[in-house]
Amino acid sequence: MDTFKSLIVILMSSVLINNYVLSRFLGICPFLGVSKKLNQAVGMGIAVIFVMLMATAVTWPIQYYVLDKNDLSYMQTIVFILVIATLVQFIEIFLKKLIPALHKSLGVYLPLITTNCAVLGVTINNISDGYSFLESMVSSLGCGLGFLLAMVLFSGIRSKIDETNIPESIKGLPITLITASFISLAFFGFSGIVDNLFG
Amino acid sequence: MVIDILIALLVVSAVGVLAGVILTLASYFFSVPEDETEKQLRECLPGVNCGACGYTGCDEYAKALAEGKTEPNLCVPGSTDTAEKISEILGIEVETPKDLVATLKCNGTCEAANKSAIYDGVNGCKAASLIYGGPNQCKYGCVGCGDCAKICPVDAITIKDGIANIDTRKCIGCGVCAKICPKSVIELVEQNRKTLVLCHNREKGAVARKACKNACIACKKCELNCPHGAIKVIDNLAVIDYGKCVDCGICAEVCPTKCIHRVDLYTSVIN
Repeated sequence: MDTFKSLIVILMSSVLINNYVLSRFLGICPFLGVSKKLNQAVGMGIAVIFVMLMATAVTWPIQYYVLDKNDLSYMQTIVFILVIATLVQFIEIFLKKLIPALHKSLGVYLPLITTNCAVLGVTINNISDGYSFLESMVSSLGCGLGFLLAMVLFSGIRSKIDETNIPESIKGLPITLITASFISLAFFGFSGIVDNLFG
Repeated sequence: MVIDILIALLVVSAVGVLAGVILTLASYFFSVPEDETEKQLRECLPGVNCGACGYTGCDEYAKALAEGKTEPNLCVPGSTDTAEKISEILGIEVETPKDLVATLKCNGTCEAANKSAIYDGVNGCKAASLIYGGPNQCKYGCVGCGDCAKICPVDAITIKDGIANIDTRKCIGCGVCAKICPKSVIELVEQNRKTLVLCHNREKGAVARKACKNACIACKKCELNCPHGAIKVIDNLAVIDYGKCVDCGICAEVCPTKCIHRVDLYTSVIN
């Protein structure tokens, strides 16, 4: 029961409190770039969840069975970048052949994710937090869900912004950044919740 | 120490090589056959990636064509031949585009045009024309810093005698030079035109004459002498209405500053 509880805590904290976009400020590029329309934001979010899970599943064993065994943990960043880039490429080729429908809806976002720091951040943080394999997977799922949540919330707000009268001086990117900072502030309200999640 | 470095090197290269092998195998086993039509279409496009069709390159245009999203006559450089080939592959009728080439509406060579200043700044038409409209006294004509020459995808433009010299035999009519010119002095015209007004100056006669020996001085001689009423002076500049013009060449003969030229855009270099 305790393991289950700790998994729930990890999930909730990575979705809400340590939200990758809104409190760790990783993966800002797609957050600002692809959040103009709701369906694009959802597509990107799902693609990120998928890639984060896959990347964690591959990098966790590499860290513990290849790098740590050879005292090479300092090569972590380079090896992880290499592995994640390969993985994303592989997934793209794989989807193109076997599940063309999924490739059509996810395909355009996959190359974008290759260079997404949120994915690299998740895998490295999982290691530095000392998570077990299961905990790492749950944490990645949480981070992906958090990314999706941030994207969906933000795209909703942006579509409202498009219809309103914005002062000329802050039209476009400035108002987007201001909005993002407000959402980020709002998310700070969640900190402290997780400790008291189970009374 | 050396052993440590070697081990690190080996492990990382092993991961890299493994990744490479996996990707190579994947691209071999999971390769999706490319669309045959798309391949054929791509082959008959000229491949200069000028972007005149509205797509980012020939590949994108071929893809859009294969998916039937666009018209087959948008390729400017390929012109009639390409449009015909495309319509043959796709099996549809097509309106062929007209042959267009870029021409410079200016004849203000170093010898003819007077300078008002010596420009010594960043090399580029846009930069030069930001300062008092450029170093020439004529603020309408070619600045001669070669922005068009740099952007031309087929190297048809050179700077000669202080103005752009467009080789119409090489020109593919994509129009990127016309878009980048800060003076809008490059114009796309149909290749069968034989009479061109090579001036863009809209100042009154005396001012224009002072700025450049070859300028149109709005004397209206061409307008009065044209037997078909095809040439009119609008805003102090002679403009030919090609709907009425029969290329008789009388206007070019009577023009006192010789700013109206007889040209053959199929063979000769303008200016």
